Amino acid sequence: MPRELTQNRIQKIWIPSKDDKPSMPRAPRGGPHLANPPTVIVMVGLPARGKTYMSRKLTRYLNWIGIPTKVFNVGEYRREAVKHYSSYDFFKSDNEDAVKIRQQCALAALRDVKNYLTEEDGQVAVFDATNTTRDRRDMILEFGAENGFKIFFIESVCEDPNVIACNILEVKVSCPDYQDCNKTDAMEDFKKRIECYRMNYQPLDPDQYDRSLSFIKVIDVGRRFLVNRIQDHIQSRIVYYLMNIHVQPRSIYLCRHGESQHNLQGRLGGDSGLSTRGRKFAGALAKFVEEQNLKDLKVWTSQLKRSIQTAEALNVPYEQWKALNEIDAGVCEEMTYEEVRERFPEEFSLRDQDKYYYRYPSGESYQDLVQRVEPVIMEMERQENVLVICHQAVIRCLLAYFLDKSADEMPYLKCPLHTVLKLTPVAYGCKVESISLNVEAVNTHRERPEEVKRGPSTLIRRNSVTPLTSHEPFKKPRIDGLDEPIIREVMPAQLALCSASHTTLALSTQNWLSEACLT
Amino acid sequence: MSLIENNTEQCGNSLTRELTQNPLKKIWVPSSRNGLPDRHISQKKVCMTNCPTLIVTVGLPARGKTYISKKLTRYLNWIDVPTKEFNVGQYRRECVKIYKSFEFFRPDNEEGLKIRKQCALAALNDVRQFLTDEGGQVAVFDATNTTRERRDTIIRFAEQNGFKVFFVESVCEDPDVIAENIVQVKLGSPDYTHCNTEEAVADFMKRIKCYENSYQPLDEELDRDLSFIKIIDVGRRYLVNRVQDHIQSRIVYYLMNIHITPRSIYLCRHGESDLNIKGRIGGDSGLSARGKKYAETLGQFIQSQNIHELKVWTSQMKRTIQTAEAVGVPYEQWKALNEIDAGVCEELMYEEIQQRYPLEFALRDQDKYRYRYPKGESYEDLVQRLEPVIMELERQENVLVICHQAVMRCLLAYFLDKTAEELPYLKCPLHTVLKLTPVAYGCKVESIDLKVEAVNTHRDRPTNVDVSRLAEEALLTVPDHH
Repeated sequence: MPRELTQNRIQKIWIPSKDDKPSMPRAPRGGPHLANPPTVIVMVGLPARGKTYMSRKLTRYLNWIGIPTKVFNVGEYRREAVKHYSSYDFFKSDNEDAVKIRQQCALAALRDVKNYLTEEDGQVAVFDATNTTRDRRDMILEFGAENGFKIFFIESVCEDPNVIACNILEVKVSCPDYQDCNKTDAMEDFKKRIECYRMNYQPLDPDQYDRSLSFIKVIDVGRRFLVNRIQDHIQSRIVYYLMNIHVQPRSIYLCRHGESQHNLQGRLGGDSGLSTRGRKFAGALAKFVEEQNLKDLKVWTSQLKRSIQTAEALNVPYEQWKALNEIDAGVCEEMTYEEVRERFPEEFSLRDQDKYYYRYPSGESYQDLVQRVEPVIMEMERQENVLVICHQAVIRCLLAYFLDKSADEMPYLKCPLHTVLKLTPVAYGCKVESISLNVEAVNTHRERPEEVKRGPSTLIRRNSVTPLTSHEPFKKPRIDGLDEPIIREVMPAQLALCSASHTTLALSTQNWLSEACLT
Repeated sequence: MSLIENNTEQCGNSLTRELTQNPLKKIWVPSSRNGLPDRHISQKKVCMTNCPTLIVTVGLPARGKTYISKKLTRYLNWIDVPTKEFNVGQYRRECVKIYKSFEFFRPDNEEGLKIRKQCALAALNDVRQFLTDEGGQVAVFDATNTTRERRDTIIRFAEQNGFKVFFVESVCEDPDVIAENIVQVKLGSPDYTHCNTEEAVADFMKRIKCYENSYQPLDEELDRDLSFIKIIDVGRRYLVNRVQDHIQSRIVYYLMNIHITPRSIYLCRHGESDLNIKGRIGGDSGLSARGKKYAETLGQFIQSQNIHELKVWTSQMKRTIQTAEAVGVPYEQWKALNEIDAGVCEELMYEEIQQRYPLEFALRDQDKYRYRYPKGESYEDLVQRLEPVIMELERQENVLVICHQAVMRCLLAYFLDKTAEELPYLKCPLHTVLKLTPVAYGCKVESIDLKVEAVNTHRDRPTNVDVSRLAEEALLTVPDHH
C-alpha cells in the first residue's frame, strides 16, 4: 500500500507519513543527487600557488549551494604546534625534527577531517596543504580508502614569477609567520621556503603514476586545465566552478531597485513601479556609476518593472534576468505583513521560526532562491565589473555568497533601499563598502523576532543540508603528543595592522588573516 | 501627503523612458512617446557571446566527432542558441556521387585531395552565410581537420569574418570503442550500402590509416594560443585550453558531462489527478482513483523491466510523489520539475480562461512557446529552469522521471531535437511511459501505454488564433472533462 503523504509545514515538501506523524523523508532535497560517500578534496602545489585561495573560495561556494564543506589548513596546525616561526630552515627536508612535526600536523588534520565527515555531518572536506610528494598523497589515498571517502585532487601549477610575487605580497608577508619582519625580508625568506619544497615536488602524472586518480590540474591561473576521471556530480560541479573563476581585479556592485510604490505601502512582492524617491535614487545611481569611472561595466536587472526602471536611468545597456526576480511570496503576494499575519497567522509564525527554509504557500523559500540564483553567481564569477540591480531577498542571497554568511544569517542581512554595496575581492575574501546615496526611503527590514522560540528543528533538517560558514569561530586544532596549545585569538585591531593594504575591512568573518595558509 | 503615487509622474531626468510590458512575454521594454516599444533590449538571460562562434572538430575517423557535433548542436538549440552543424563528409557525398573505396582518401590521391578541399571550402562558405546572414550564433564544422595546415586555413577564415574559433578534439586509441563506433554508425552510412559488414569494416580501417600519418593532434605548446578542449578516451580525461567566453564555458561543461554508456531514460507524467478530471490546469491535487491504479501499474512495469540501478526523480508536487511512492524505490524530489506556473490561471478550466482572459488565451495560441502566463511562466522559462535537470540526466544512467505535461514536452524536445514551434504541442498523454534509448546519432523512442484509462489533457492549436475570435472558436480543441 502506498504511504500517505503529508506536507511539511515549513518547507511545503510532501513526505510519506506513518501513523499521522511525518516519518523520515527519503532524499527530500530538491536538488541533484549529491555524491553520498563524503569527498576529501586534496590540494597539491608549491607554496604561493593559490591553494588556499581556491580552497576557501570553493568551500564558500559549496556551503552556499548547500553542501556542508570545511577547510583543514595544515599550516594552521603547524602554527599551533610551533609557537614561533623563525625562518625557512624549518622547511628544509633534512630538518628531521621539523619533518616529524609537519607529519604529525598532517595526521592531526586528517583526524579532524575524519571526524568532520563521519561525526559532524560534513560532506566535503578540503585538505589544504602542499601535498607535493607521492608519499604524502599515497598516505591520503589510504586514509580515504580506509574510511570510504572519495578523493579528488586539485593541483595548481604556475611558474609565472609575477603571479607568484603578487601572491606573496597579498597574503604571505602579512601572515602571522612574518609579523616581526619587514616586507623585503619576508619575501626573501618565503622564496627560500618555496625552494625547500621544489626539490622534492612530484607533480600529478596523468600519463602514468596518477592515471587512475580523479583530479584537476589548474595551470597558469586557469589558462589551461587537465581534468582526469571525474567520478560524480559534485566533482563535475567543482571542476565547472574552478574553470569559471578568475583573479582579475574588479568590483561587484549590488543594490536594490529604487523605492517602489508597494514599498511605500508596506506590501510584499508584486510588480509595481518606482515612487518619486525611487526615481530620485535611480538618478543618483546613474551619477554614482559615472563617478566610479569603470571600464566595461555590465548592468543586470531582474524582469520586474522596478529594477528595470532603475537601470533605465543609467542610460547604459543592461540585461534582464528572470533568475534575479524577487522571492515569490505565493499566496501572500502583494499583501502587507499585517494582512499576512491576519489571514495566514500560522504561516506568519512559521516563517519567523525558520526563515531560510520557510517556503510561502505556492511560493518560494530562500533555499529555493539560492538554487535559482546560482547561475547568476557563476556568471558573476566569469565577469569583471558588474552592477546588479535586484531585490531584498535576492541581494541577501548574493551577499551571503560573497561574504560567506550562513543560512541562518542570510534572511536577516541588512540591505536597505538606496544603498549600494561595493564588493572588491582582496586576499582570501571580499572587501565591502556600503555607500548610501542619500535619498530617503522606507525601511523594509524585519528583524529576527525576539519572542520566537527556536522550535524543534524540522524533520527535514536532519536530511537536508544547511549552508554553514567555512570557519568556526575560535575552534583551534589540537595536536596530540605536543604541548597544550594556547588558544590564540586575533583581535580586530591586529587585523587592521596586519592588513597589507591598510584599509579598514568590514569583513563578516573573523580570523581570515590568521588562517592565511602556510604549510 | 498621499503615499499612492501616479505611475507616470516624472521626477528628475525627464529623458527617462517609460516602460511598457510586452503582452506576450510579459517583459518590460522601454517605449517611445507614442507607447510603442522602442529599442529592443536583450531578453536573453545572459549574453552568450558577442560574436558568432565556430566550433571545429578534430580527430581521426570513428572518434565520435559527428556524435559530439550533433549532440552539442541539439543541446545549444534547445537552450536557445541558434546552432547548425556542417558535415564535410556530406558535402563530399554530394560531390562524388558514388563512393568506391578507401583509395579516395589516400594522401597521394591528388584528385581526391582537390575534391575534399573544395568540399571543405563549400562548407565554410555555408558557415559564413549561416553566421552572418541567417542569424546563426554557433556553427559546428564537423570534419577530421587533422592537419595544422587545414586548421590554419579555418582560423584565417574565422578571423576574416569576425568569428571566434573553438576546437573540439577527440583522441581515442581503444580498439573496442573504435570498432563499436564503426558498427553503430559507419556500416549504415550511404558510403557502404553496397558492402557487407566485413568489407565495410576492412575498408573503413584502411580509411583511418590514410589519415594517421599526417595527423597532427592539438599540442599544448604549439597550439597554446588556441581555444580548445581535447577529449581523451571518451571522456576519461580532458585538456582544456583558453576558454574565452560564456558559451565556450558552457560547451566545455556539457562535453564533460555526457557519456556513451548504454542506458535508458523513462519519461512519464504523474497518474491522473483530481484536477485533471475536472479539466483544470495546474494546482497541487492528489491522484484520482485511476491515477492511483496507474501508479500501481507503473510500479509493476518498472519491476518487470528489471532495470539496473534505476534512479527515480519526481517534482515537488503531490501527484508525482504519490505516483513514485507506488513504484517502491527511493526517489528524489526536484523543484525544477514542477509543472509550468500558470500564474493567474492556476486551477482554472480553459473555459474560464477564455471567459476571464480572452486576450491572454489568444496570445497563448499565437505563440505558445514564448507566451508567459501573467505572474506565471512560459515554455521558454521552463527550458531554462530544466537545464540543470538535463545536465544531470546526461550524467546519469538509467533514470525514470515522473513529471508533468509541459515539463515532459520540454524534456522530450531536448532528446528528440524538436523545435520551439513543435515543443508545446508534443503529445504526452497520461498513463503512458516513453522509453528513450540513445542509438547511433539520436534516440530511439518506445511508447508504452500502461492501459489505465485517463482523461485527455492535450489541447491542439485551434485554427483561429486571432484576438477577435469567438469563444467557440477558441474552445474548439479543448479536450473533454467533467
